[in-house]
Amino acid sequence: MSGAPKPSPLHRSTEHESAVQHVTGRAMYTDDLAGPTGTLHAVPVVSPHAHARIVGRHKAKALALPGVVAVLFADSIPGHGDIGPIVQDEPLLARDEVFCVGHPVAVVLGETLEAARTGAAAVQVDYEPLPARLTIDAAIEAGTFHGKPHVIQRGDRDAAWARAAHTVEGEVRSPAQDHFYLETHASLVVPEDGGTWKVTCSTQHPSEVQREVASVLGVGAHRVVCEVPRMGGGFGGKESQSTPWACLAALGAWHTGRAVKIRLDRAQDMGWTGKRHPFLGRYKAGFDAQGVLLVFEAELFSNGGWSHDLSLPVLDRALFHLDNACYVPALRFEGRACNTHLPSNTAFRGFGGPQGILVIEDALNRLAERLGWDPAELRARNFYGDAPRDRTPYGQAVPAPRLLRTWDLLRASSEYAARRAAIEAFNASSPFVKRGIGVQFVKFGISFTKAVLNQAGALVLVYSDGTVQLNHGGTEMGQGLHTKMLTVCAHELGVPKDRVRVMTTATDKVPNTSATAASSGSDLNGAAVRDACVAVRERMKLVAAELLGAPGPDSVRFQDGRVFVEGAQEHCVDFAQVALECWLRQISLSATGFYRTPGIAYDEAKGQGTPFYYFAYGASVLEVELNGLTGEHRLLRADILHDVGDSLIPSIDRGQVEGAFLQGYGWLTCEECLWDADGRATTVGPSTYKVPAVGEAPLDFRVELLPEAAQEGVIHGSKAVGEPPFIHGIAAITALRHAIQGFGEGEVTLELPASPEHLLRAIEAQRGD
Amino acid sequence: MDGVRFTLNGAAVTVTDATPQTTLLDWLRQSAHLTGTKEGCAEGDCGACTVALLDTEAPGGPTWRAINSCLVLLPQLHGQSIVTVEGLSGRREPLHPAQQIMVDKLGSQCGYCTPGVVMSLFEATYRKDLGRPWQLDDQLSGNLCRCTGYRPIREAAEAVAGTAPADGFARALQADASALPALRWVHDGAEAHVPTDFDHLFEVLAKHPDARLVAGATDVGLDVTKKGARFACMVSLHALPLRGIVRTAEGGWRIGATTRLSDLELAVQDDLPALARMLRFFGSRQIKNRGTVGGNLCNASPIGDLAPVLLALDATLVLRSAAGERRVGIDDFFLAYRKTALGVGEILAAVEIPPVPADARLSAYKVSKRREMDISAVACGLLVRVGADGLITHARFGFGGMAATPARAAAAEAAVIGQPFSAGTFAAAADASRQDFNPLSDHRGSAWYRATVASNLLKGFFHEVHSEAAPALADRPSGTLLTPSPATPHAEAAR
Repeated sequence: MSGAPKPSPLHRSTEHESAVQHVTGRAMYTDDLAGPTGTLHAVPVVSPHAHARIVGRHKAKALALPGVVAVLFADSIPGHGDIGPIVQDEPLLARDEVFCVGHPVAVVLGETLEAARTGAAAVQVDYEPLPARLTIDAAIEAGTFHGKPHVIQRGDRDAAWARAAHTVEGEVRSPAQDHFYLETHASLVVPEDGGTWKVTCSTQHPSEVQREVASVLGVGAHRVVCEVPRMGGGFGGKESQSTPWACLAALGAWHTGRAVKIRLDRAQDMGWTGKRHPFLGRYKAGFDAQGVLLVFEAELFSNGGWSHDLSLPVLDRALFHLDNACYVPALRFEGRACNTHLPSNTAFRGFGGPQGILVIEDALNRLAERLGWDPAELRARNFYGDAPRDRTPYGQAVPAPRLLRTWDLLRASSEYAARRAAIEAFNASSPFVKRGIGVQFVKFGISFTKAVLNQAGALVLVYSDGTVQLNHGGTEMGQGLHTKMLTVCAHELGVPKDRVRVMTTATDKVPNTSATAASSGSDLNGAAVRDACVAVRERMKLVAAELLGAPGPDSVRFQDGRVFVEGAQEHCVDFAQVALECWLRQISLSATGFYRTPGIAYDEAKGQGTPFYYFAYGASVLEVELNGLTGEHRLLRADILHDVGDSLIPSIDRGQVEGAFLQGYGWLTCEECLWDADGRATTVGPSTYKVPAVGEAPLDFRVELLPEAAQEGVIHGSKAVGEPPFIHGIAAITALRHAIQGFGEGEVTLELPASPEHLLRAIEAQRGD
Repeated sequence: MDGVRFTLNGAAVTVTDATPQTTLLDWLRQSAHLTGTKEGCAEGDCGACTVALLDTEAPGGPTWRAINSCLVLLPQLHGQSIVTVEGLSGRREPLHPAQQIMVDKLGSQCGYCTPGVVMSLFEATYRKDLGRPWQLDDQLSGNLCRCTGYRPIREAAEAVAGTAPADGFARALQADASALPALRWVHDGAEAHVPTDFDHLFEVLAKHPDARLVAGATDVGLDVTKKGARFACMVSLHALPLRGIVRTAEGGWRIGATTRLSDLELAVQDDLPALARMLRFFGSRQIKNRGTVGGNLCNASPIGDLAPVLLALDATLVLRSAAGERRVGIDDFFLAYRKTALGVGEILAAVEIPPVPADARLSAYKVSKRREMDISAVACGLLVRVGADGLITHARFGFGGMAATPARAAAAEAAVIGQPFSAGTFAAAADASRQDFNPLSDHRGSAWYRATVASNLLKGFFHEVHSEAAPALADRPSGTLLTPSPATPHAEAAR
């Protein structure tokens, strides 16, 4: 060993830890696993009706087909028949009634996928259709909701209204969004020795899959292991909604004693599983003469679908984000989750936050349009500030300076003011094509709002050759969590990254995990990984101190695979030598780690508390060009400055920001979920549902991470990144509205998503046609 | 009987024990156990299943083509050579440049779209015709990525495009193609034929008048993957001498029916930019690499994107049967929804485009929810001829998406004939077009939207062509918008 040891890999850009597997096709996903000999294929039979009574079910024809092994109905479930992430209100297989299109009624097991598909088509279920509620409006009219209203309020609203110089009243309808992870839902269940089950599943929540499979089979959780190799994208869609398909495969394995594979094809996945909740927001905002918010009243209604799923926490987060970056002195926010006959809507990046934020952005845009003000300036006037303007509606303090600093930097680097002026000039001389510029601010609360979920575990195993296996409770869906955890582990143990292997996420390594969700993966698991690594390292230090003749363990350093006394790097031993010596001295080389986030508490009855550990911030400026003849548009330039603390791995975080932005942009523009009058989704493949393609990404795409942004109390000063940058996509709406104003002054009316058709309608209305 | 013979990652393969409508994707994953190629949609719209085909008959010489393996039926592989992501580099070899650049640029996050992206980059690596800035978008437009926001993937494409390392894949392009004998394959009662001459073709068609003819299978493939179609008899046309583009002595074009759309796009780039623009937005690179001119027309879909332009250009279709050839004007080819003038036992052999008169003003537009890789809400080809006196002498306005077949806008045409070439004339044509069509409402657009866009495009046509005759593709064009991108340091640096 010569030369100085290499520095820690922390805070340095690097490739994704699976990049070579990705590009060679060797990265294994659930459906790539062959399964043991005799693996069966499961195909669900689902309801074609949004709501119906089951009056008959017939399997004889299906069972007579070659290759069909079994047809299972609800009465085949050996354990508990109802599943659900929070409230167990979802019959895994419908008993007397179906509650949405895609509700499973039976599962068919076949020797081949083809046999199972043919068998599923031959299962006859007789239905008596019942009236169905599909929309938020229908549910409001019928008074059908999940849970109770959630209300957050403060201040003297009457007094505020009396002072208001400007009021804006309106309604925002935010669209649904399909997750469109490239890998659809998939599971493989293998019966193992002595009544145990190994479930391999593409899920963000292996502990929940384990719990629900055990419940359905009527066994203890200890008899089920759930493993997640990696996911081909999750985005929230695999937080709760992988579970039913895994349970159906497990049910098949229980009955046949054989391994069972299940995979939804794209149309099934899009037609049968939940999406981002569409929201209706009705609001009334009061401002003083300078445009400073005095009062905001809002009612939010989400379309929850047929079961609770995660609709209530999604609604909570929408309410917690109604303020976005603005201080509101007097307010009343109320939310309700509508019970309808759609596949239950679920988690999706942002988890209600974007839907809440859209409401206040609409009020701000409309006031700015009405008065001819710069929407960015109007927002900045309403930023959080010094006390008393530092309290969120639910009473949590907002440290304001960081957003101000972010906007100051971005306003300059994006040349916002000059470009806005240039656009006005361009629009004056261009009859058919108009440009627009829009700004968006981000203040996103980080933590699971259900406090108990803010915990994580890890298990580190050091082998006597100095190599390391790292287990943690998080799942890898592309967000780079494993890369970050590997880096934290390599840093703490002071070993090169290639000596550390991140293991497949498994519930027999780390128990009782929370979903990898709420952007919390690296905060929670990172702290747990550090805890485990430190425990092993401290034991190794004692041995190393002796080997090195150090005055004591505190002076021993671990770096780049070497162990040395601080200040004497040239006199070192290899990490492997220390590991071997520990083994020889019968010292444990493994440890678990654990972390819980401190200080999180929220009282829903009072609508007050500290639901978040901290906030993530950002600002963006987006320029668009809009064709007044067709309603088509394109992005000309995006400037994003985003706060990820001191990034654990800047290259990974930049990728998260870029991808989240484009996904948020897609939600509000080209992506449009449609259903027919009977509640059947009609956009169930990429041929009809258009997520952004390469041409949607701005060619001039400038993403920077906020410098000098260490976040106290979080792993190595970093910050969560998964969801917050999704909010930047909302800038597209403000920018498009600016472009629409090029066709005529005044408030814009734009239906979402801003498809070419909706934009053309808005343009024609603006022209006064 | 013998089976389908092709080359997979350099090794000869014979498939005998599969039904003929098995897709290459299913065969790769289930029979060959090559799971690197992913299924994202099985409808040719995500690109996760992309593999490369050695196209020995491409107009510019043999080349690698990225194609969707979910839309390739096994008989179409007969005599062909395929490379999958597993074939790019062995375990002990360095990564292929198309792979390494994706690692270096952090082009993968979840990794599921990545093998398909790599195969599109693989095509780009050996392409010699990627000189125009917009072509990188086109090269990547068939690969959906839900994670990255595309910036690193686009940078990867910029880095490898046209670098053509002198490796085994480059050498494979030089190798002589060995022609295989025709295929007559019967499996489980289903027949599949790959005729190499017309006698074989017409013999099969005489015996099986309902045989399913397959050219690129970009549409037939959907019948198989989405509707479970099974064919008693399938005929793949790929080995027949039906492909190629010839300039006629008069300055027109004769385009063989199985000419790939990407072949045509390249061929008309400079001389027929309106058609080139339609082809730019026609579909993804993978689809254009398989889809054929004949398939797009014989399909007779009301939303096929070639027909509106060919209507404007007054193309003639050459039909061929055992009895010989006949010619049908494109005005008379589309009879009803998905019904053409093709007789039993007759195929489309070629399309003839007459020379574009010097006094013609021509453009084409496609409007869809997403700019790339989407199906038209409205597409049109618009042509007028303007006499020396400034009056319009001829008009041909072809529209797709507006009726049960691709159709001309008779009232709009009548409104401009004899009128001055002016904004007022086209405003009148825009009004008149509303009498021409009674379009449907569907998930691509409402009747209102289609009618309004069709009408507006007539106004926009005048606006676009009154100053310059031939629209050219801008740096980052849309199907209708031609204002150039504002110059930016970033964009310039990227070029």
